[in-house]
Amino acid sequence: MQKLTKEQQDYQNFVKQKRPKPPLLKNILMAFIVGGLICVVGQVIMNFYISRGMSPKEAGAPTSATMVFLGAFLTGLGVYDKIGKRAGAGSIVPITGFANSIVSPAMEFKREGYVFGVAAKMFVVAGPVIVYGMCSAVVIGLIYYILKL
Amino acid sequence: MDYIMAFVIGGLICVIGQILMDTTKLTPAHVLVLFVTLGAVLSGLGLYQPLVEIGKAGATIPLTGFGHTLVTGVIEEVNKRGLLGIFTGGLTSAAAGITAAVVFGYLMAVLFNPKSK
Amino acid sequence: MAGKKMGLQTIRFQNPPSIIATSSIVGPKEGQGPLKDYFDLILNDNMYKEKSWEKAERKILKEAVEMAIKNSNLPYSKIEYFIAGDLLNQIISAGFAARELGFPFFGIYGACSTAAEGLGLGAIIIDGGFADNLVVATSSHYCTAERQYRFPLELGNQSPPTAQWTVTGAGAAVISSRPQNPRITYVTTGKVIDMGETNPNDMGTAMAPAAVDTIVRHFNDTNRTPDDYDLIVTGDLASIGKDIAEELIKQKGFDVSNKYTDCGLMIFDPQQDVHAGGSGCACAAVVTFGYLYKEMMKGKYNRILLVATGALLSTTSTQQGETIPCIAHAVAIENL
Repeated sequence: MQKLTKEQQDYQNFVKQKRPKPPLLKNILMAFIVGGLICVVGQVIMNFYISRGMSPKEAGAPTSATMVFLGAFLTGLGVYDKIGKRAGAGSIVPITGFANSIVSPAMEFKREGYVFGVAAKMFVVAGPVIVYGMCSAVVIGLIYYILKL
Repeated sequence: MDYIMAFVIGGLICVIGQILMDTTKLTPAHVLVLFVTLGAVLSGLGLYQPLVEIGKAGATIPLTGFGHTLVTGVIEEVNKRGLLGIFTGGLTSAAAGITAAVVFGYLMAVLFNPKSK
Repeated sequence: MAGKKMGLQTIRFQNPPSIIATSSIVGPKEGQGPLKDYFDLILNDNMYKEKSWEKAERKILKEAVEMAIKNSNLPYSKIEYFIAGDLLNQIISAGFAARELGFPFFGIYGACSTAAEGLGLGAIIIDGGFADNLVVATSSHYCTAERQYRFPLELGNQSPPTAQWTVTGAGAAVISSRPQNPRITYVTTGKVIDMGETNPNDMGTAMAPAAVDTIVRHFNDTNRTPDDYDLIVTGDLASIGKDIAEELIKQKGFDVSNKYTDCGLMIFDPQQDVHAGGSGCACAAVVTFGYLYKEMMKGKYNRILLVATGALLSTTSTQQGETIPCIAHAVAIENL
């Protein structure tokens, strides 16, 4: 970041009150309702796998995979972005949103080819998530290993 | 009861994401990265498992749950295999989710086209 | 001393060049807006029977140019230059349209100020005696701009209330030495102004100071006042930027309140879910070459000051944390 001049700072202060804020309460409410509902759908799926004889722990992986499928499918149908416009974080934070972040660029960059388009662009958001998820898990694993010695 | 707790816990985790996006300069991508890392750290501190027991899918479906899955996998494998487990554990436990994401992502991208706005 | 120069940044034309014909093409959303009856062609879909949005954009740009030439009744052989630009990297819409059209080509980049930049440069070439007829054009496309500057279309994210909607469309104008109304009388070339804004989702706030700087400079250079114009219209400041600009102009001693408007506000209805309003190269172009030109021909307006605004950022500069440099070019269009 460059340092702002006095004139620039004055302008920043001047526009601060001009700029409309996002409707925070409404957004929070929508995120809560939609995010909650997506998790309820997840619970329904999880309970289904449990009813088929899996332990709650075993049911986690197929539940995630099913939710990922749903998120990807709704993105393909062009529905997920419409949910996202209203729900914000409510549909971004669940794992369905992770699927959406993979399918939306992959689909859009198809015209740039299947290697540098679809396959490369699908990780625009998912890549960083996996990188930071994996690296933090390794660091935590290492700390756990050392503490255990 | 499962459903109510899943709704409340899942909804609240999303609300934290919404507040971050609306009041800071964080983009959705930043929030996702932050949540995965946060889930991993909380899991490492032993704080996420209690949340999963209360909220069930409400705690595993949000992306913080993905970080939790990675860390539980690593810790389990470290217990079984020692040092090597640090490298094998994460992907072992998250295999279903990551493979599903890549395969379904690719499939949907091939089958569908984005709609003009 | 350059005889046609006035003040610091303004040119007064000796033989004001004429805009003898225009054209405007817009997408379906723009075609539902308040100005729908003024556009020459409204697309049924953004793809326009092409294989990609980029191809669709260059096709509407090319067709806008062909339409403007047709409206001018000039043969193609009389068109001496083609001046165009757009928002896409390496201005591919303009370059590829020029490949099809075959005219000697000046590619320009002024982001969303391109319509006014093109009109100004075109008028300079005509009044300088370097050509008798030329075409200026510009285009933008919601889908191409969104994927280049922001996110994939199907990503489920929320836009803040300050965001703007890139206009899908293209506008072209034939400028000629043939004396007929309306004429381009003055051009005030803007300086790049950066007030330290960094939010790429709030272009109006970033660009407003550039518009103010150019408008005030125009009045000072020409000794004109807002009273000399029927309408002062900025390019794509939209609702937030327009309010800021109006207040800042007042602080500099000029009251434009009853005759100032913005293309980004005119092209869409607030009900159309476009947040603060329209933006993009085509925003100023289709409003000027569609609505304003036609109303000038009818005599509703006789003196207009068009101030098209542009944000000279890229995704790279934003990611590197740079502030947003902005520009505005003013063109006075008059019935003499």
